[in-house]
Amino acid sequence: MIRKIVYSIFLATIVLSLVMFFAAFPFGQNKMSVGEYYLNHGVAQTGASNIVTSVVVDYRGFDTLGEVSVLFGAAAGVAILFFVLGENRRKRREQVAPNFIVRVGSRIIFPFILLFGTYIFIHGHLTPGGGFQGGAIIASGFLLLYLAYPGTTVNRSRLSMVEGLAGITFIVLGLYGLLMPESSFLYNFLPKGELNALLSSGILPIIYIAIGFKVAAEFAGIIDDMMCEVICRGGEK
Amino acid sequence: MIYISWILIVLMLVLSILSIQLKNLIAAVVAMGAVSLIISLLFLMLQAPDVAMAEASIGAALTMIIYIIGIRETERSEK
Repeated sequence: MIRKIVYSIFLATIVLSLVMFFAAFPFGQNKMSVGEYYLNHGVAQTGASNIVTSVVVDYRGFDTLGEVSVLFGAAAGVAILFFVLGENRRKRREQVAPNFIVRVGSRIIFPFILLFGTYIFIHGHLTPGGGFQGGAIIASGFLLLYLAYPGTTVNRSRLSMVEGLAGITFIVLGLYGLLMPESSFLYNFLPKGELNALLSSGILPIIYIAIGFKVAAEFAGIIDDMMCEVICRGGEK
Repeated sequence: MIYISWILIVLMLVLSILSIQLKNLIAAVVAMGAVSLIISLLFLMLQAPDVAMAEASIGAALTMIIYIIGIRETERSEK
């Protein structure tokens, strides 16, 4: 009984404070000036025609570095739980092979998925999408291969090397901005170029390509760990 | 246009309740993936194609398949 009273007082306090908070805003008016600033000055300052990319990589580039680190932490956590060393990796359980249509269809569609993902992260500063989306699409292509051919493996050391190089590219480009006269982390030191050209807006496409490789490698590593948990250790349960 | 989004929102609510209530876990995961797909459609209608892409590729594809792999190795239906 006492617990119910305490709960209802707590709930009433939360509802009341939320109502008071939202009543202070006039309906239908934009209270935030920062969005308007990005819309008015974003194209001129960064040279990217996709405003979302100019916010994610340029204005809030440091947050993106944090986001990439969080994803790295998640991939490392999965690897700690599931990683199987080289010898045990070969002990495979007999798996039922998927049917003919899945095998042949995935072989035909896999290069197109790779091409589509690459297109998305290379054109991240021009069209919607970017490193995260392109990387996730490439990783889902790898997932298709794992489902169609249960014996697939990826070279883990090469995957880690791609991931590390992409991360180093991001951080080195960011640190190089500190050497410029207007010293700030991730300062856009390359020429902006022409609007809507593929080689434009300075370091943004380079960073997005690095993020694309890093995200694709991390997701592929997570998928490899999980599928190997199923295939390699399945007999032990 | 606004009616389509109402239909989608109601469908999303129904599917999310189904994904909790269904005893067949594969069907529940498919319902969850359909919720992600509808959310990405709504993002597209609200003119946020960047978010829609991320939601469709991660929410509807990767998460769903990881769940299905897990279910294939354990129990297929809830007790």
